[in-house]
Amino acid sequence: MLSIPCPHCGDRDETEFHYGGQAGVAYPADPMTLTDEQWAEYVFMRDNPKGWFAERWFHTAGCRRWFDLERHTVTYEIRR
Amino acid sequence: MRFTFDGVSYDAVSGDTLAAALLRNGVRIVARGPYTGRPRGIVDLGAGEPHAFVQVESGGAGEGEPMVRATTLEVYDGLAARSLAGKGRLVDAPIEARYDKTWTHVDVLVVGAGQAGLLAALEAAQTGARVILADADPVRSDFIDDLREFPEVRVLGRTTVTGAYEHGFYVAVERRASSSQRLWHIRAGRVVLATGALERPILFPDNDRPGIMLAAAAAGYVTRFGVRVGNRAVVFGCHDGALASALTLLEAGIDLAAVVDARPSVNGPLVASLRSSGVPVLLGAVVTGTSADADGILSAVHIGSEVLECDLLAVSGGWNPNLHLYSQAGGRTVWSDEASAFVASSTVDGMTVVDPPRRQHGTPPMTLWCVEGDPARIFVDPHRDATLADLRAAVDGGMRSPEHVKRFTTIGTGADQGRTSGVTSLGALADALGRPVGELGVTTYRPPVTPISFALLAGRDRGPLLDPARRTPMHEWHESRGAVWENVGQWKRPWYYPRDGEDMHQAVLRECAAAREGVAMMDVTTLGKIDLQGPDTGAFLDRIYTNKFSSLAVGHCRYGVMCRADGMVFDDGVTARLAEERYHMTTTTGNAAAVLDWLDEWLQTEWPDLRVHTTSVTDQWAAVAVVGPQSREVMRALVPDLDVSAEAFPFMTVREADVDGMPARIFRISFTGELSYEINVPSYYGLALWEAVYRAGEPLGITPYGTETMHVLRAEKGFIVVGQDTDGTVTPHDAGLGWAVSKVKRFVGERSFRRADTARPDRKQLVGLYPRDPSTVVAEGAQLVVDPDAPIPVPMLGHVTSSYTSAVLGRSFALGLLHGGLAHTGETVFAVSDGRADPVVVTDPVFYDKEGARRDG
Repeated sequence: MLSIPCPHCGDRDETEFHYGGQAGVAYPADPMTLTDEQWAEYVFMRDNPKGWFAERWFHTAGCRRWFDLERHTVTYEIRR
Repeated sequence: MRFTFDGVSYDAVSGDTLAAALLRNGVRIVARGPYTGRPRGIVDLGAGEPHAFVQVESGGAGEGEPMVRATTLEVYDGLAARSLAGKGRLVDAPIEARYDKTWTHVDVLVVGAGQAGLLAALEAAQTGARVILADADPVRSDFIDDLREFPEVRVLGRTTVTGAYEHGFYVAVERRASSSQRLWHIRAGRVVLATGALERPILFPDNDRPGIMLAAAAAGYVTRFGVRVGNRAVVFGCHDGALASALTLLEAGIDLAAVVDARPSVNGPLVASLRSSGVPVLLGAVVTGTSADADGILSAVHIGSEVLECDLLAVSGGWNPNLHLYSQAGGRTVWSDEASAFVASSTVDGMTVVDPPRRQHGTPPMTLWCVEGDPARIFVDPHRDATLADLRAAVDGGMRSPEHVKRFTTIGTGADQGRTSGVTSLGALADALGRPVGELGVTTYRPPVTPISFALLAGRDRGPLLDPARRTPMHEWHESRGAVWENVGQWKRPWYYPRDGEDMHQAVLRECAAAREGVAMMDVTTLGKIDLQGPDTGAFLDRIYTNKFSSLAVGHCRYGVMCRADGMVFDDGVTARLAEERYHMTTTTGNAAAVLDWLDEWLQTEWPDLRVHTTSVTDQWAAVAVVGPQSREVMRALVPDLDVSAEAFPFMTVREADVDGMPARIFRISFTGELSYEINVPSYYGLALWEAVYRAGEPLGITPYGTETMHVLRAEKGFIVVGQDTDGTVTPHDAGLGWAVSKVKRFVGERSFRRADTARPDRKQLVGLYPRDPSTVVAEGAQLVVDPDAPIPVPMLGHVTSSYTSAVLGRSFALGLLHGGLAHTGETVFAVSDGRADPVVVTDPVFYDKEGARRDG
């Protein structure tokens, strides 16, 4: 049970949140100009590092705000 | 106190564990080997017990609970328990015992209330910290008097901390009195592990007989319970701790036939005390076997050719620091020759591990795992009846890793989780491989430290408390009319309303006929509703829906489809424009929360420049659908001031009106193809609205209908249900909704329609299906194949998604997803399910009123 530091609400249990996957994957400005490969990269492909990972969380059962944090995928350490 | 064991009644002393009480009464055989049937006795004082698992049959704590350790079960008056052979029996009756859960935060969690734990708790308390001190045993009150003055300190006796999880999260099981258990979820700033050490045995032939115990356990029964565990004992060990236990037994008046120490020479006060008391101390010697009496109970110990008669053999191979929680939290261990044990070798954030005291007075400990002898009679894990012969067979089979050997031999996989046998079996494996034990490393410990019953994990979240139930304001009306319920997400929805003698089939045919021929009504409160406001709402919806909403006129409604970025249908529903900057969106009942999350995600993370606010109003509105060719007459009676004619109130528009004194929004939309009106009022008025509609419709015989009828009616029209007729691999085009996909504006998922895969002509697409036999209703989920007798693997062409009997068609029909879709129109395929193969003909998915002539009445 991770303890996740919501920037608006403070430390809360993981069960209050939805996971949003890798952070910093922007919706392409004009998807229609992309090749199939570029579009597939946006839709399907995400990093899966061993170590620090920047990811998005949504405080579903709290303030309902999205935010980013970094989590270590081995130790579960969290930093913002 | 009286209790029974295997049907025999005994006396116990208050505070006795079942194990202590059995030993007190001279009961030696408490279990049988699960495969060998060999008699087994009590070995340990606490949670390390490998044999004495019992079935509790009386009321109270573990009412009807299987696999309870006799060493941790406190006797209560009336306790009834039965011995087991490695496996318990599930009890078929509901458990009456109370199981609770609780959550808390502390600054410091101290695990273990020995001297170190008590001191740690006291020091933490003195700083003003909030502290929990937990111990698996009852915590004696005279030890904790000093702690009582601190209001922020909680002492939890009979509480086993079973799991260490991320960020200082711990789970503990508290066994309360004789009637209940409580599951603790503790978020701790720091944790102090003062869990001491677990004694380990030495392996030798016939090491599993009743009467053979761990030495400190035997001494513990004497000092803690005043139980004399034998009359004449042999003590066997290889470190000073065994000598200390021997002295305790001696002081209790137990005759010591010999103390056998594997070390060739031993100095120090312990051995001197034993010798001065006249106890024979055999150095450099080992126990090589045991004999038993006719019942299988220990009668003698063999030391080479020497045979010593005795009824107790107290064994100690050393101490393993109890590092379960440390290991669970990611701590690593390393073998220490000096300690003859695996010890902590790393640090875990926020965790302090207290080294157990070394019971060492003179000569260092010797590491001794196993005495040579017949390997088939040396029980490495007696709980699993696994022997040294089994372990060697694994090694002979080429296995080297402890993890592989564990799985092959089942050593350490029993209900005792190898607490006592674990490290010793590792040592025996090291011997068999001819490698130092430190090179093998211990297997990673995982939660729970001791088993947790499913009943406790469930707690009170059972039956009606398993999940919150959402009820509409009209619930009681439906209930009073005998509605049969369907669970839709958390909602309770009327499924159908059977009249006297009707089965579901008859009720649904009647309800369907009413909606198609007369007038019917349905509680549609559960539909997801989202209020969207702001100047950019139209532009936002254009990006979210496949079709255009910015061009929708105020007072009008439009059916919309939304896709994920991968182009697959995610949700659908009708959205109305209530004002220039205000829309009212409806979603699938089960998808309402997910759609709101989806909208919020795009607004916050990608398009924060759009000025749009979203609010869930699902619970704020109650809604009734008035459906059927006679629905306009009902509306005239109900809302006389509103012109409900087709011209004044056309299809796909919304009006605000006063309905019988209630402020209402009325939508002229239809999920059945029939003329219909969906009246929304603030939830408070839900029941009043329902009753008003019913009263107004009564002269026309208005018929309430449930979700089953709704499904039949919408399927007759080929209207899909997202999640039933789609499954996350279906594009709008696959679902026959290509007409709702705009070509003139950009929206989420659009780019995916140009991918090669989504443009394939042989994608699974929505079709109608007519069973050849009009009375056969094929199974939903049935696979569609061309030739049911084709060799396996039979090519799968798709599956049935919806299947019903239609009143208006007078026959069965179905919807399905089929490779190539309507290109197969007119062809026959087979719906295969449960050994049946029913021929079905592919047809258009709109079965009724293809021209849409009925929506205006």
